[in-house]
Amino acid sequence: MTIFSPRSLTEALQVLNEHPAARLLAGGTDTMVEINFRHFEPSDIISLRHVQELQVFETLSTGYRLGAAIPYKQFENGSFSHVSGALSEASRTVGSPQIRATGTIGGNLGTCSPAGDTLPVLSALDAQIELSSINGIRMLSIHDFMLGVKRNARVSNEIITAIHIPKINGFQGYAKVGVRNAMVISIASACLIHNMDKSHIALALGAVGPTIIRCRTAEKWLTQNADLSTSTALTTEVIEEFGRLAASEALPITDHRSTAEYRKHAVGVLAQRLLKRAMK
Amino acid sequence: MSTSSEIYSLRVNGTDQHVKDAWIGESLLYVLRERLGFMGSKGACEQGECGSCTVLINNDAVCSCLVMAASAIDTDIITVEGLAPSESPNDIQQAFVAEGAVQCGFCTPGLIVAVHHLLETNSSPSEIEVKEALSGNICRCTGYGRIFSAVQLVISQREKSIS
Ligand SMILES: Cc1cc2nc3c(=O)[nH]c(=O)nc-3n(C[C@H](O)[C@H](O)[C@H](O)COP(=O)(O)OP(=O)(O)OC[C@H]3O[C@@H](n4cnc5c(N)ncnc54)[C@H](O)[C@@H]3O)c2cc1C
Ligand code: FES
Ligand code: FES
Repeated sequence: MTIFSPRSLTEALQVLNEHPAARLLAGGTDTMVEINFRHFEPSDIISLRHVQELQVFETLSTGYRLGAAIPYKQFENGSFSHVSGALSEASRTVGSPQIRATGTIGGNLGTCSPAGDTLPVLSALDAQIELSSINGIRMLSIHDFMLGVKRNARVSNEIITAIHIPKINGFQGYAKVGVRNAMVISIASACLIHNMDKSHIALALGAVGPTIIRCRTAEKWLTQNADLSTSTALTTEVIEEFGRLAASEALPITDHRSTAEYRKHAVGVLAQRLLKRAMK
Repeated sequence: MSTSSEIYSLRVNGTDQHVKDAWIGESLLYVLRERLGFMGSKGACEQGECGSCTVLINNDAVCSCLVMAASAIDTDIITVEGLAPSESPNDIQQAFVAEGAVQCGFCTPGLIVAVHHLLETNSSPSEIEVKEALSGNICRCTGYGRIFSAVQLVISQREKSIS
């Protein structure tokens, strides 16, 4: 077993191309648990710690380009907490301060767990994932990137180099249910985005399906039945129907963390809560 | 770029330490304790849940059990041993003793590092900021009250010494 510590993206892509079976190591908060418990025996490791390009943040004309290895703490309350309220809220719920100091969005995408906290946000934002290889860059919609439980569309010689998200004028929020406040993996989660400029509503659910679920029916229904850009309060009926539609789009399972019934109920409640928050 | 590093060096508490014949997948916690003899950091869960293994890497408080040691080359690693010489405990350590915040002591080194890190970044944290900053450190004995009192004691002592 070998560990490579490339000092630039070019070098990292070359090494990966020569060792396509190598495991990329960013914050290590998923990978090291697997290794410590011998669930995974690495052949080769490529450490991304010293690849500066993956730490770069850029403001673009339409949004932001987030380097894939920027740790959560920068989005939680650090230098980049302004880029997306929902991303900042989601980042703040991840693990503990120690986990947020090292864990990365690139790693959340790499693992692609349905409970990954940034994934509903990236889905609701229609984020674009930037994948690089020695052959160049390809951009993939988050919806095409996430394939299933811990499965994504990255091919073995690619590194997730950045995440592109739009700048949103309007409400954005993230909410999650777990057994306590700190250090918990989501039992159910939801992200609501209201893009005022495009009169568009997006609702994405986490931990209630093999991958993140976009609630196209609930979104469409709300757009037709409510005007979020005015200050007129929504009726209880509208809020409840939105929650009901969201819950009906969930495809949860029962596992060691919760039951399918509870998860379905919980995402409905979360959708309603977020909608109420959006009205404030 | 270091390849096939059977031997690598880590900078621990300001001194270069050579790690020999190690398996590359070893965690920093394991290497610190079992290969380099820094027994301060404790291992209880090895999955990032308890914080007893907290160390500083480039001034971030992190779980050393979740750091692949060989990936931490060219970083500054500070363990609890690096915060104060063992003969003269620092103000945080003294406050933990004074307030009875140490019972079995297993969580203490990780907490000392986490409190040190908090107060380096925010010298007058609110109560909720203290709780949030220590939310990654689990203590099974004290019920946390005495730990929070110890942190308040350090804050007030440091404020007094400035004014
Ligand atoms: C105690 C604890 C609590 C946690 N709590 C939460 C939580 O509340 N919410 C949550 O969502 N997650 C949680 N996690 C899981 C984990 O912290 C996150 O998934 C995190 O985002 C992983 O990022 P990382 O950089 O540490 O990943 P790593 O472990 O370094 O990598 C994870 C995977 O992604 C791949 N990868 C990493 N970077 C890239 C890249 N740039 N390009 C391609 N592939 C890449 C790796 O090869 C690996 O397969 C927790 C973990 C622990 C240990
Ligand atoms: S041993 Fe590292 S967090 Fe528990
Ligand atoms: S004093 Fe025993 S775990 Fe904290």
